[in-house]
Amino acid sequence: MLRQPVLEVHGIRKEFPGVLALDGVDFRLFPGEVHALMGENGAGKSTLIKVLTGVHESDGGRVLLAGRPATITGPLQAQQAGISTVYQEVNLCPNLSVAENILIGREPRRLGLVHWAEVRRRAAGAVAALDLDLDVSMPLADCSIAVQQLVAIARAVDIDAKVLILDEPTSSLDRDEVAQLFAVMRRLRERGVAILFVSHFLDQIYEICDRMTILRGGRLEGEYLTSELSQRQLVARMIGAELQGLEGLSDSARQQPAAPGGAGAFLRATGLGRRGAVEPYDLSIRPGEVVGLAGLLGSGRTEAARLLFGADQADAGTVRVDGEETVLRNPRTAIGHGIAFCSENRKTEGLVGELTVRENIVLALQAARGWTRPLGRSVQDELAIRWIRALDIRPNNPEALVRNLSGGNQQKVLLARWLITDPRLLILDEPTRGIDIGAKAEIQKLVAKLAGEGMAVLFISAELEEVLRLSHKVGILRDHRMVAQLRNDGGLTSELIMETIASGAQG
Amino acid sequence: MTKHRLFWPAAVLAALLLANVAFTPDFFAVRIKDGHLYGSLIDILHFGAPLILVALGMTLVIATGGIDLSVGSTVAIAGALACLHISESADPGGLGTVLTAAGLALLVALVLGSVNGFLVSRVGVQPIIATLILMVAGRGVAQLVTDGQIITVTSGPFQLIGGGYWLTVPFAVVLAAAMVLLTALLTRSTALGMLLESVGGNPVASRLVGIRAQRLIALVYVFSAVCAAVAGLMISSNVSAADGNNAGLWIELDAILAVVIGGTSLAGGRFSLGGTVLGALVIQTLATTIYTIGVPPETTLVFKAVVVIAVCLVQSPKFRAKLSHRRRSGARRGSRSESAAPANLEVGR
Repeated sequence: MLRQPVLEVHGIRKEFPGVLALDGVDFRLFPGEVHALMGENGAGKSTLIKVLTGVHESDGGRVLLAGRPATITGPLQAQQAGISTVYQEVNLCPNLSVAENILIGREPRRLGLVHWAEVRRRAAGAVAALDLDLDVSMPLADCSIAVQQLVAIARAVDIDAKVLILDEPTSSLDRDEVAQLFAVMRRLRERGVAILFVSHFLDQIYEICDRMTILRGGRLEGEYLTSELSQRQLVARMIGAELQGLEGLSDSARQQPAAPGGAGAFLRATGLGRRGAVEPYDLSIRPGEVVGLAGLLGSGRTEAARLLFGADQADAGTVRVDGEETVLRNPRTAIGHGIAFCSENRKTEGLVGELTVRENIVLALQAARGWTRPLGRSVQDELAIRWIRALDIRPNNPEALVRNLSGGNQQKVLLARWLITDPRLLILDEPTRGIDIGAKAEIQKLVAKLAGEGMAVLFISAELEEVLRLSHKVGILRDHRMVAQLRNDGGLTSELIMETIASGAQG
Repeated sequence: MTKHRLFWPAAVLAALLLANVAFTPDFFAVRIKDGHLYGSLIDILHFGAPLILVALGMTLVIATGGIDLSVGSTVAIAGALACLHISESADPGGLGTVLTAAGLALLVALVLGSVNGFLVSRVGVQPIIATLILMVAGRGVAQLVTDGQIITVTSGPFQLIGGGYWLTVPFAVVLAAAMVLLTALLTRSTALGMLLESVGGNPVASRLVGIRAQRLIALVYVFSAVCAAVAGLMISSNVSAADGNNAGLWIELDAILAVVIGGTSLAGGRFSLGGTVLGALVIQTLATTIYTIGVPPETTLVFKAVVVIAVCLVQSPKFRAKLSHRRRSGARRGSRSESAAPANLEVGR
């Protein structure tokens, strides 16, 4: 297969203040293949994609498009050169219709005015070409995230993309939606589109990808045919060491299948609910207990947790903390009771991007003290350095701006922020989503350790294996209702949880 | 060095000052006359003091992601109240009278700032609208206070605030410097600065982290109004008169500009007090330059606009990158006949 690569880069270098993100990386992409870009968080995947799409300008190296040297100076040039990108967070306009989103910026015109009938006709064509059944006049906001994702792809393909970059398109999709996405990807591959696919789900990589390029620490580790590399070898190459962490985890985390006995509930919610968010539910969490929340995306997991933190106010039910009835009016009251909440939306609800790692870490503690009682600079430095070391946050520079960190490292900063407040109940909403295997294992181990030391943990995750591995008790949500709470005493399996989710029956 | 936050504001200021030397060779000369410092540099500091104060308050407001358009009106109201009190007093030259007048002005500023803060933080009105109310209404209030007249006063102690000297230095400069230092101390040696930046940088995350954002936001509007009131005292004191119509007119725009030139983003978040002071001095230097090089009065605004646009462009990292990119690629190729664009276009078709 000595075809001409549609896109080829040699010796790409990119440096950010304090971080060498890409160090002489080579990469090539052939027409009609699905190519996985693999690597841990901070390996340089996102940076490479941003260089290819013109978001960042590289500091060195060459780019060849269909064999000819080219400079990609901005997203527009990238698009004109046939490189289209669909990001993890869909970046379309939710207030516009599907048709407008597909053709925005390239509307067909007649007499200088937008030719709306033609817009709808062409959009319908683009959607039909992907075998989607969709009313293109509907506002995008009314579509599910998965459909929005597919609309973004329809738009990208309609621009006549030769290269389609999909940056973690599946992280918020359920199983059927992933299947739908893969069907579209296969169709595009047959048409000769080169697809660059980034995902943290190894099974998906092996299902759809033909070849893969592995990055490690900003350098090229190698390029492989998917069929010639086992999952184990892949993981070993990504983290550059044999896997011991994950193997050991299942034992260490599950050491206490029985919930810690004795102590009464730290927090007990009775009939707690909020109209339009989650129906009234009961839940109790004891010190040292890990309670998992499982359910499909949008089933009300996050909404249930937000009530326990006062992020949204409940309009029904009561909460008792240490046996005493309290009203969690806002996050500040909840924090006062020793409750901490790591949101699933790290960027929008968690971190302050333009503050440093140190400032983000001490923020919750400082907020609790109020502005008149500042933490001394040396105390801040010490806390930051200690937690950067403890959680292996990279780069290990407390003065780095948080927005320059990779997703997994941002998650660790968020964890550190709450851990230094020494919470009694830690609510983790999808703490491992979109982060690599190494960091995932570290976070799981940390949760098990904290619970072992007596912290109550509410653990929300879409990955059932993870919930099962860590939780003493699993609450299952379906259609904004808590349908069951199952003890994880050895007999619980992910099949059983899935069945409960599917049937909605009390387990 | 160019990466330091204050590099570009400082460079712009230096360039403007040097440009003046070309027209006025003794521009940097400072001499002592009658026990007072004299010179163009002193004038810039002296006349720039009110703007520095207003911009100081504006910086904190902008750091929270807000904006305060009402400062010009607050300047007018504060000056009008102080002058009215002094002019109606039996003892206009008495220290007590002047202190009461200043106290009165500051007290009213507290009220005005609280109204802004209440509207923005509690009622949730957008800052630009909330403060627009007082910007428009406040002018009217100032006119009511002065009864549409210009109130002139003769009071030694009052004249000191904006027009007097203290140990050869203009008192206004001393006052402004003290306020800047105090604010720097208040924001950076407590956690106030960091929490303000957090609230401006990401309000949702700040709420979830337990920051009492409403209080902080209300606080910065009060602070901004107090700064404006002190500036109002300075301005009216300097001319020994209160003009409800023209005092502090458009100063809010200069203050916003000073903040932006100083490197604080209008979107909120990171702020720089040092940058704001430099920004205010840039604007005042520009005003002085316009007089010293004799720009015709009818074109001063155009001249100012052109310089401000140039200053903003020079400070934009994107623009500088574009400029140096063009220069580099031009030098490499020698001629511009072959650019990178054709390759892109061919592939794109």
